[in-house]
Amino acid sequence: MSDLRELYQQLILDHSKKPRNFRTLEGANRTAEGHNPLCGDEITLYLQVEDDVIRGIGFQGSGCAISRASASMMTDSVKGKTRAEAQRLFERFHDLVTGETDEGGDPVDLGKLAVFSGVKEFPVRVKCAILSWHTLRAALEGKGETVSTE
Amino acid sequence: MIRAGGAMTARSRGGRSPAFEVERIRQDFPVLGEKIRGKPLVYLDNAATSQKPHVVIDTIRQFLSTYNSNVHRGVHQLSERATEAYEQARTRVQGFINAAESREIIFVRGTTEAINLVAQSYGRTHIGTGDEIVISAMEHHSNIVPWQILCEQTGAVLRVVPINDDGEMLLDEYVTLLTPRTRLVAVAHVSNALGTINPVREVIRLARRQGVPVLVDGAQAVPHLKVDVRELDCDFYAFSGHKVFGPTGIGVLYGRARLLEAMPPYQGGGDMIKSVTFAKTVYNDLPFKFEAGTPHIGGVIGLGAALDYLDGVGLDRVTAYEDELLVHATEALSAIPGVRIIGTAKEKASVVSFVVDGVHAHDIGTVLDHEGIAIRAGHHCAMPVMQRFGVPATARASLAFYNTREEVDALVRGIHKVIEMFV
Repeated sequence: MSDLRELYQQLILDHSKKPRNFRTLEGANRTAEGHNPLCGDEITLYLQVEDDVIRGIGFQGSGCAISRASASMMTDSVKGKTRAEAQRLFERFHDLVTGETDEGGDPVDLGKLAVFSGVKEFPVRVKCAILSWHTLRAALEGKGETVSTE
Repeated sequence: MIRAGGAMTARSRGGRSPAFEVERIRQDFPVLGEKIRGKPLVYLDNAATSQKPHVVIDTIRQFLSTYNSNVHRGVHQLSERATEAYEQARTRVQGFINAAESREIIFVRGTTEAINLVAQSYGRTHIGTGDEIVISAMEHHSNIVPWQILCEQTGAVLRVVPINDDGEMLLDEYVTLLTPRTRLVAVAHVSNALGTINPVREVIRLARRQGVPVLVDGAQAVPHLKVDVRELDCDFYAFSGHKVFGPTGIGVLYGRARLLEAMPPYQGGGDMIKSVTFAKTVYNDLPFKFEAGTPHIGGVIGLGAALDYLDGVGLDRVTAYEDELLVHATEALSAIPGVRIIGTAKEKASVVSFVVDGVHAHDIGTVLDHEGIAIRAGHHCAMPVMQRFGVPATARASLAFYNTREEVDALVRGIHKVIEMFV
């Protein structure tokens, strides 16, 4: 049961049961959709970006505990960040859940997002954890197409 | 190995009958002795793929290590042996599904390829603009997408027979969808996502009454039920080797000889020709016309061994035992608060799809995996079924005759752990 608890840490369970920023966002000027065909996770992300800074963020959708918690905590952690800061967080988070280490990269403090470190022991769940982040990047880049983890 | 009608000791299963020597049968499947994270493997993902008995593994090993050779062309003894074993397996399949002739058995990669073959070969020569193809709302993607591709190519239209809340096909609606424009009906014998056993005999009778041919997707039926293509009176029947205790990469298309003869080849290449010149190529006779290129020889021979094995166990006994398991699993899962079974048809094979309130199927799968229990979580390649029931995904336990009541009980304990963690 031990590494299962590593995956489903209390903070993750808490965010999956009570996701933050779980709403459509009035005044959003960027949106993107993400889809994980393997388990049917779907997310729609709403961003309000002003002067290159994420001022407002919200999401809707359905998914597993990991994808919901990840989306919830992602929205919390990028609010107020610049596009470049959000991009660096994405890269660090990606390294965290895939188990890749980037020694030469900028040291970026993941803060609470570090609770997702257990995901790297569950390769099939990496896509769940990373979906909202891919969707964020698509929204910031304004691609306007559905992101798929396949 | 199990021998048909072997000594059935009166090993009482809580007073239940008939006695089915499941512990002895389990010895035939080496993988069932594996441990997952230190716990005994509980393999409940048989609708995805089934496990292989020693006899299948040994048969393939024997082919590869003692008479590996190409078929239908060698002048040497090894090739003769390989060809003989390959063609014996064809006769074996013919007998297993009671086809009239062995040339009606076409070896393909799997059910998916079989359906694509019919769609492209039969479909493109018999189905045109405005014609209609009828399928059901519970089809696997492999019995939807090939027809959509055909519709795009020909301008034909796909008609879908709806299902009720129990996951049963609505026959009244089916009758109204059979029109003078209907050119083909394609329907699952058993639903992979819901477990429903469709009334295929009636579906076929109604279609054939107006001269419409019927393809049956038998991928999920053949491991559980005795299939007799002549009794069904179907025109095409498709199934996969790996779901019926044989290897992956091999499957069967049964087709009525009269239809197959009139159909153009699906793929061109070696073995499917009689003679080739740049001016004209003469195609080979059935079944070789549809088997271009070197086939999956070991797979075919392995499939033959798997069907022999299944015959030895006895499909009637398999069906009866699995029915008991299904009843037990249905009762036990239904008794768990927050668990809802998706697919409650009166006629079902041993597939239990379920959802747990407040928990996504993928999380169920991960927690159960931690207990050594393998299930499938997702849309089961039947996304329209998920949409019909308004769920993003389900967890699915699919049982084979080597599963036990104790394994079902382990599943129930696992689901309680899931609920403890997430609810």
